[in-house]
Amino acid sequence: MDFPEELKYTEEHEWVLLEGDLVSIGISDFAQDQLGDVVFVELPEPGERVEVGKPFAVVESVKAVSDIYAPLEGEIIEVNSELPDAPESINTSPYEDGWMIKIKPDDPTALDGMMDASEYQAFIEEE
Amino acid sequence: MSAIKSKGLILDEKLIFERSAAGRCGYDLPVLDVPAVEPESGLLRKEIEGFPELSEVDVVRHYTRLSTWNYGVDSGFYPLGSCTMKYNPKINEVAARLPGFAHLHPATPDRLAQGALRLMYELQEALCEISGFPALTLQPSAGAHGEFAGMLMIHAWHQAQGNRRHKVLIPDTAHGTNPATAALCGYEVVPIASDGVLSLEAVEAAMDEDVAALMVTNPNTLGLFESNIREICDLVHSRGGLVYCDGANLNALLGVCRPGDLGIDVMHFNLHKTFATPHGGGGPGAGPVGVSAELAPFLPVPVVVKDGEQFRLVNDRPQSIGPLRTFSSQFGILVRAYAYLLTMGPSGLKRATELAVLNANYIRARLEGSYHLPYKQRSLHEVVFSDVGQPNDCHTLDIAKRLLDYGFHPPTIYFPLVVQGALMIEPTETESKQELDEFCDALLAIAEEAKTSPHLLHEAPVNARTRRLDETLAARKPKLRWVPEA
Repeated sequence: MDFPEELKYTEEHEWVLLEGDLVSIGISDFAQDQLGDVVFVELPEPGERVEVGKPFAVVESVKAVSDIYAPLEGEIIEVNSELPDAPESINTSPYEDGWMIKIKPDDPTALDGMMDASEYQAFIEEE
Repeated sequence: MSAIKSKGLILDEKLIFERSAAGRCGYDLPVLDVPAVEPESGLLRKEIEGFPELSEVDVVRHYTRLSTWNYGVDSGFYPLGSCTMKYNPKINEVAARLPGFAHLHPATPDRLAQGALRLMYELQEALCEISGFPALTLQPSAGAHGEFAGMLMIHAWHQAQGNRRHKVLIPDTAHGTNPATAALCGYEVVPIASDGVLSLEAVEAAMDEDVAALMVTNPNTLGLFESNIREICDLVHSRGGLVYCDGANLNALLGVCRPGDLGIDVMHFNLHKTFATPHGGGGPGAGPVGVSAELAPFLPVPVVVKDGEQFRLVNDRPQSIGPLRTFSSQFGILVRAYAYLLTMGPSGLKRATELAVLNANYIRARLEGSYHLPYKQRSLHEVVFSDVGQPNDCHTLDIAKRLLDYGFHPPTIYFPLVVQGALMIEPTETESKQELDEFCDALLAIAEEAKTSPHLLHEAPVNARTRRLDETLAARKPKLRWVPEA
């Protein structure tokens, strides 16, 4: 399983990446592996706000339907509009083609409290 | 001529469109002996491309063959956890087919439908006695419909108090319909983590002044009785909320415990689970809802009441949430449930519950050690295993598919979500020890195969009519209708 060093991770198995003043969000390799084949993705609209701990997207796999929780507060600037037509990207490329939304966080320093790759790896081994 | 593939006489069957032969017709119409009338052109339907042309026997065989693919509780063991697929005794069907019930028009005036109203009233009384609720509606047409009715009543109760609460607490061991119902009613769903059973502390931490209700499934989807439920109900009440109970698992409690006595305010029943009425296939269900005295004024109308020796439907209830459907109920299902109650009696219902719990625990005892048990507590009517520790990349789906080769319907899989790779087995009281042993033998043999010949699991099913289907492709690129080949 692959956990890129440049990303930060959450206990809800999302990854986040700060680039400039935007943060990209998706789900980790571990999360996609647990979900199994993803068959449907529902994303929010740009302009909406996301709140910490509130669901912003829905991912449906052959096993289950799961809410995806926002790790940060902020405004959605862009969503991956190709994802609903290619939900398999979440399985095949969770960190690149499978990105879900880009937000402008209210407080970019909130990323500091998240896990880095090795902490996340230790976290999922414990789970 | 279609090439019929067969496994013995397990008949394969094409789509009805593909059986069509140009010009084939089942009937000869007599020569027209009156002046021909041309309908207005706007009323004429355009040619339907590829409309099948078949004779009567083609059509009869097509659907009869398809029907042989059905699997039901009359075909065999059906251990779908959380679905309570118990046997539906045929005497219930006899009762439902009595002409006085079967031919009764739903608009018949009350005075001419006294027998039916009496049955409804007595069924209400029986369900109240079983569950400990003082009032009840028979209207909802399914469990989820009952949940909807229950949450509307909770909303109406809060509204009558002047409350504007907008959150509903739902533990992670609840049925999936619970959050769906709360969301449909406009509530914000707040999930609560549980460790098998819900703790008072977890509810206490989440129970603020915005919470309208807690929705629990008891016993929960792990088959565990919510042992803190009384204290939890007291806490929720003391903070101004109500408690909804999903009664889908009531089969584990009959004659032993009454949810109304535990402090629950609203609960739906699934007559098609606990009370042995038909199930699945999209057929009619029924989801009566029992409520506390405080919520009784909000019950949907019409309500069946008894005045002296007369029964009637009452619509004049100013605080009612209104009617939930056309006419009063899914009446034919109520007749079946009533017949079941009469044939079982109080001691029979209690015995059914005891045997349902015993059967689940027998399976637990036989499979423990070969399959991982994520929650060690003794469960009630169902038992949840997981694929943790299965060797050679053998997973829950493989185990389920391999069960087909052994001639068993698989249990519920990948639910509840709190268990990774869940196998959720609910045998119900229907099954004999002999049947349970055969099922356990199959699962034990599969656990052995996972060690020694995992390809048998990965390739399964091999004995079924079709091999393993591509569920992912079917979900990603569904073919929802037939289209003629270009």
